[in-house]
Amino acid sequence: MFRWLRDHGVIERNLVLMGVLTLITVSIGGLVQIVPLFAVETTIERVAGVRPYTPLEQMGRDIYVREGCYLCHSQMIRPFRDELERYGHYSLAAESMYDHPFQWGSKRTGPDLARVGGRYSDDWHAAHLRSPRALVPASVMPPYAFLDRPLDYSDIAERLGALRTVGVPYSEEMVANARADLEAQARPDADGGAFQSRYARARQGAFDGDPGSITEMDALVAYLQMLGTLVDFRDVTPAQLRQ
Amino acid sequence: MPTKIEKDGLTGRETTGHEWDGLKELNTPLPKWWLYSFYACIAFAAVWVVIYPSWPGWNGTSGWIAREAIVGEMAEATARNAPMMARLREATPTQIAADPQMRDFALAGGRVAFANNCAACHGAGGQGAVGGYPALVDDDWLWGGSLEAIQTTIRHGIRNAEDNEARTSLMPRFGADGMLTAAQIGDVAEYVLSLSGQSTDAAAVARGETVYAENCVACHAERGVGNRELGAPRLSDLVWLHGGTKRDIIAMVNNPRMGVMPAWQGRLDPATINMLTVYVHALGGGE
Repeated sequence: MFRWLRDHGVIERNLVLMGVLTLITVSIGGLVQIVPLFAVETTIERVAGVRPYTPLEQMGRDIYVREGCYLCHSQMIRPFRDELERYGHYSLAAESMYDHPFQWGSKRTGPDLARVGGRYSDDWHAAHLRSPRALVPASVMPPYAFLDRPLDYSDIAERLGALRTVGVPYSEEMVANARADLEAQARPDADGGAFQSRYARARQGAFDGDPGSITEMDALVAYLQMLGTLVDFRDVTPAQLRQ
Repeated sequence: MPTKIEKDGLTGRETTGHEWDGLKELNTPLPKWWLYSFYACIAFAAVWVVIYPSWPGWNGTSGWIAREAIVGEMAEATARNAPMMARLREATPTQIAADPQMRDFALAGGRVAFANNCAACHGAGGQGAVGGYPALVDDDWLWGGSLEAIQTTIRHGIRNAEDNEARTSLMPRFGADGMLTAAQIGDVAEYVLSLSGQSTDAAAVARGETVYAENCVACHAERGVGNRELGAPRLSDLVWLHGGTKRDIIAMVNNPRMGVMPAWQGRLDPATINMLTVYVHALGGGE
């Protein structure tokens, strides 16, 4: 009775049958990975502090993706001792829950950047991006001096709106004030009260060293300087880390 | 379709038995080593599924979870170093430097901590970098090179916003804010060059000395010897933080660049800060 299995000429000659059987075979791989997740309440840890990116950080993140930084830098500290000793606490799912797409990466030509925020000064980041080998002689990173050009953020509200569509909790108010918030963060002397109230623990500054103009360098450094700084691990209990 | 397995006359191997328009194909089975490796992988996966957490609700017979395993592993490593780290935490850098056992441990641990945290700015060997990143291997110190001074700098950093006790000082923007004219700045730059014997214009030096006495001497002191209380660099040597050409000096007087160093207290364990202190002090220029 299984002769038709041996003689796959039957399948090869019946387009519909072959289509159906192919679909079933391919689906198994997907279902094995997806179905178990329906049995889990959440894969995201219940830790406090993670907020959506500020408009300036989001622009920096878009530049990070545009320039392909993920090709050489991961943002995923794995739970191994050598990584914890070097980079800090292992990365949580919660820390990239507002990333679309996430930047975990699987290739490290340069170091992991998941907790690079605050490790170096703004000035260092700007100088290092402009000329990596001036600061790290052994580096193979290309120079990004061209980022000192004006940042085009005319569509920042649309960018936040698009992210809201895919589930990032930007409020109506955040989208409406996106432009003002971006400018407030890039100007250290600007009154940032309203901006600070919308984005907790966000820092205002002249990230590229020049408070006069808002450049792509400002955005990228602002993004790098917040990476991994949102969760305060002193307050995190082991129970919160259970997935 | 005829399915008759035949023996091929030329090669002596069997055909697949299929025939398309007179074409027949030799049956070339997968290599045995490959096939058995494949079966072994499937068997391995089956065993793995039983032993490790592989399905919601199934934690595996071993009970191993990466996030819990790493906690144990870190605790074990911490416990191994704990007696020495406790001693390093309690001791002052001076005591550590004087005790051979603590000093050896501090130099080894400090080297690793330096590579991870400090080398990006100060260079892998503490040689510094052009653009305002001071060398730590020489004896020219901005804020002091004693063990205590180094420890304070590492703990609180320089001109950062996160630590109230950060070392801080501010050089006025003499040119950008219109406090000095371009001619005065040129003169004072010439005077500063003369302090290290590099000036070629005696008249400008004489004029610049007056400008220096009225504007710069409070921080950089007589004859440009500097003032460590204020982090005001010595101007009378050939060690320059932001470049030593006349052009560089004019740029600094015009619109000074103020270096920032993060505060490491809170970020690093006090014992690690003590190890770094001893390590940096031993790089070559410790006082």
